[in-house]
Amino acid sequence: MSDEPVALFERRFGIDDRSLEAAIGTALEREVDYADLFFEASTQDSVVLEEGIVKSGDRHLVQGVGVRALAGERQGYAHSDDVTVESLNLAATTARAICEQPGGAGGVAVRATDRDRDLYPIAEAPTDVPVAAKIDALSNIDAYARSHDTRVVQVMASLVSQHRHVMIASSEGGLVADVQPLVRMNVQVIAETPEGRREVGFQGAGGRFAWGTLLEGDAWKPVVDEAVRLALVNLEAVPCPAGTMDVVLAPGWPGILLHEAVGHGLEGDFNRKKTSAFAGRVGERVAAPGVTVVDDGTLEKRRGSLNVDDEGTRTERTVLIEDGILRGYMQDKLNARLMGVEPTGNGRRESYAHLPLPRMTNTFMLAGEDDPDEILRSVDDGLYAVGFGGGQVDITSGKFVFSASEAYKIEGGRVTSPVKGASLVGNGPDVLTRVRRIGHDLELDPGVGTCGKEGQGVPVGVGQPTLRIDAITVGGTE
Amino acid sequence: MGAASTPGTAEPGTELLIDALARATERGAHAGDALLASSRSVETRVRGDEIDFVKQSGERTLGLRLFVRSEGGLSSAITSTSDLSEGAVDRLVTDTVALARATAPDPAAGLPDGGFAADAPELDLIDPDDLGVGVEERIAWGREAERAARSADPRITNSEGSDASSHFGQTAYANTAGFTGSYQSASHALYASPVAGEHGSMQTDVWATTGRRLGDLEPPAEVGRRAAERAVAMLGAKRVPTCEVPVVFDATTARSLLANLAACLSGYAVYRGGSFLKDRMGEAIASSAVTIVDDGRLQGGLGSRPFDGEGLPTRRTVVVEKGRLRSWLLDGYSARKLGLASTGNASRGAGSAPSVGPTNLWIEPGTASEAEIVADTGRGLLVTGLFGHGFNPVTGDFSRGARGRWIENGEPTHAVEEITVAGNLLDILQHIDAIGSELLWLGRISAPPLRVARMTVAGA
Repeated sequence: MSDEPVALFERRFGIDDRSLEAAIGTALEREVDYADLFFEASTQDSVVLEEGIVKSGDRHLVQGVGVRALAGERQGYAHSDDVTVESLNLAATTARAICEQPGGAGGVAVRATDRDRDLYPIAEAPTDVPVAAKIDALSNIDAYARSHDTRVVQVMASLVSQHRHVMIASSEGGLVADVQPLVRMNVQVIAETPEGRREVGFQGAGGRFAWGTLLEGDAWKPVVDEAVRLALVNLEAVPCPAGTMDVVLAPGWPGILLHEAVGHGLEGDFNRKKTSAFAGRVGERVAAPGVTVVDDGTLEKRRGSLNVDDEGTRTERTVLIEDGILRGYMQDKLNARLMGVEPTGNGRRESYAHLPLPRMTNTFMLAGEDDPDEILRSVDDGLYAVGFGGGQVDITSGKFVFSASEAYKIEGGRVTSPVKGASLVGNGPDVLTRVRRIGHDLELDPGVGTCGKEGQGVPVGVGQPTLRIDAITVGGTE
Repeated sequence: MGAASTPGTAEPGTELLIDALARATERGAHAGDALLASSRSVETRVRGDEIDFVKQSGERTLGLRLFVRSEGGLSSAITSTSDLSEGAVDRLVTDTVALARATAPDPAAGLPDGGFAADAPELDLIDPDDLGVGVEERIAWGREAERAARSADPRITNSEGSDASSHFGQTAYANTAGFTGSYQSASHALYASPVAGEHGSMQTDVWATTGRRLGDLEPPAEVGRRAAERAVAMLGAKRVPTCEVPVVFDATTARSLLANLAACLSGYAVYRGGSFLKDRMGEAIASSAVTIVDDGRLQGGLGSRPFDGEGLPTRRTVVVEKGRLRSWLLDGYSARKLGLASTGNASRGAGSAPSVGPTNLWIEPGTASEAEIVADTGRGLLVTGLFGHGFNPVTGDFSRGARGRWIENGEPTHAVEEITVAGNLLDILQHIDAIGSELLWLGRISAPPLRVARMTVAGA
């Protein structure tokens, strides 16, 4: 493969190998363990439709550089949106100030490494698709959504594109760059009954691929169908029961449960600091037999995938839980070094203005052998949760919560009335020990997840097969 | 410092904006406005006695909004760049005009019709002395907070760290109606998040202090001590059986309820039909004890500014008066959509479209202390933490994860976790039967402790 992404930064900012080496050299004049430079040049745009028209478009150009120095557990970081040789050296001087001892080592030679794979090759950047084409697509979405049902009273739809160039040079001598496309389509529908009851339905889709994948032909229609269906289902929803009950989770996006309940607790920083409820538990049983959870940044075209993470480490597939036993954590360079393990390609950051943290990529549970219908029939009285809004976890106590956007009562093994406003709460370290059935129907989410940690949002994927989990607290009002 | 301009005079940063708008007009833009946000920030974290990180930055972003006239109204585009070279700004202007031409005309689009900020109130948004305070001082505050947390209780065994951060900003704004203005501001925060451990289980909580001046912050030792107290108080937490009881929200969680409500007061949510309050203007939406005020000119408020994101003067708006819904929060666009006047609540970063946001929004405090409300409660739940996103603005349905303490005989007893509190926000607001006297300012939204007469608590 060509070194095109590296060349882009040299061409655009006049930053060549020598100036990279000089900036890293400046940081290394103190006794730091490691230093790196992170360059970013991104274009983001979005077009939004509401009330039947696209009233406005937006487009944002973001560029900058972050310089980091590590010494023991200390990190010094300076960032600037002024990408010049001068600001680079100033940032390096600022970053190295965490360490007072002069360094002994001489300079460093950086060498560009060729990309040996591209998980998301595209012919046309999503931000290069003409805005007129995006507006046409949104108009079709609007008309199609309204044609479903007269109860559809409001449609909001948007197409959000990002084209992100990154380049990372480190004191280890590596120089890597990547081009990361990302698209996301959002459809929100408000439906209203003649009596004035209103409900909302939302569905999204996306990933690291060209817009054509979603916008050509009828590929976008199922997304709209889902949003409309969900709004109409919710018009029939009754108040949700409250209390502890057995829960069946649908495949796909409900994998957000894994993300919240166990995923965050398995990130390297919390375990190095021993503030995670999972700290020191590698080798122990944390889930029922049959439960295997992986984090995989190498899936083609997925929203959570990366060729290299934001520290330049090649992403990989990391087994977190294998047949119920905790196997390992997700690591960035700092926490891997301090814990004496290898980085796993999970060092991610929202932008050049943020420090890297251990973060998930695509996190999912592997399929089991059970028939999904049979799983539903196995529950006498409980809740069938199909769609979720957001979730949150307290890493230290292990307690998590997430909110259902589509859920039904299970009565006598049958799925009955839809319920509204259900939240599920539980305890991360033991919720997976109560997994009773694992479906054979693993699905990944449609490409809509954004994970927040320390104020940084990064795109992620989740997934799972149909699951039955016993004794989860459901927060309703009845 | 912190002053808006007299219209027409040159303000720092506005030359670039006026030049960009002039180019836009030459290339066919009918109207527009531009924003230059410059900032310098520093953030430090200490864990135990050790520095965890030191982070410093300098940023400048130019934001541009242009309107192009076509049949049926104005069409618009919003762009931004952090590349402020002349070539980049010139290209941005051309691209923005082209993007605006591609979108659909909207009769409600455009700059506000007038009434731009003519005064320059002194709002106490920055203390110039704070600019000289360095990294070392902030690290020392972090160490002090960490030490205070550790010495508060032997059960403080670990820490997520103590952060001290400061953000110094300059906002310059100009529009084609001739208004220019700029102001300087600062925001500072200090927080601690110690970990308490006992019998193999751990709990953490955060205490934070924020302000426009470093002198407004609580002392670091106080922040560490309060954070430690909250974390230790959660040790031994258990679930309670599912029940319907009175629920007391402490000031940190009451403001989270108000934040959920704020989203439903935005003019955008109202005209889109996305707010459960949309047909209730003038009605009693809360108990008569509840008065809610938004005031963009509160001295030293973190949401205070002399003019909003469209150049309109900020002001005081009574949103809910003795339970009755009196006003939405509006910017120029959402006001036009609803046939009303802007309330000066246009919120806008350089890299984003104008939207509506509260300035300083609070519930007027009552007279009882939190302890008195708890003592008066008999049996119920005191909520000290709310989690997750279980609020639906379209319906008002509310169901969020919670933790806190169980109240028995008017006394807080054991800690409670892994539960939810649920209800409909309209019903919750109408059943507020006690309002505390302690208004806690943490950011732009603030509330005193509140008690709701009855909510569903889901647990074991």
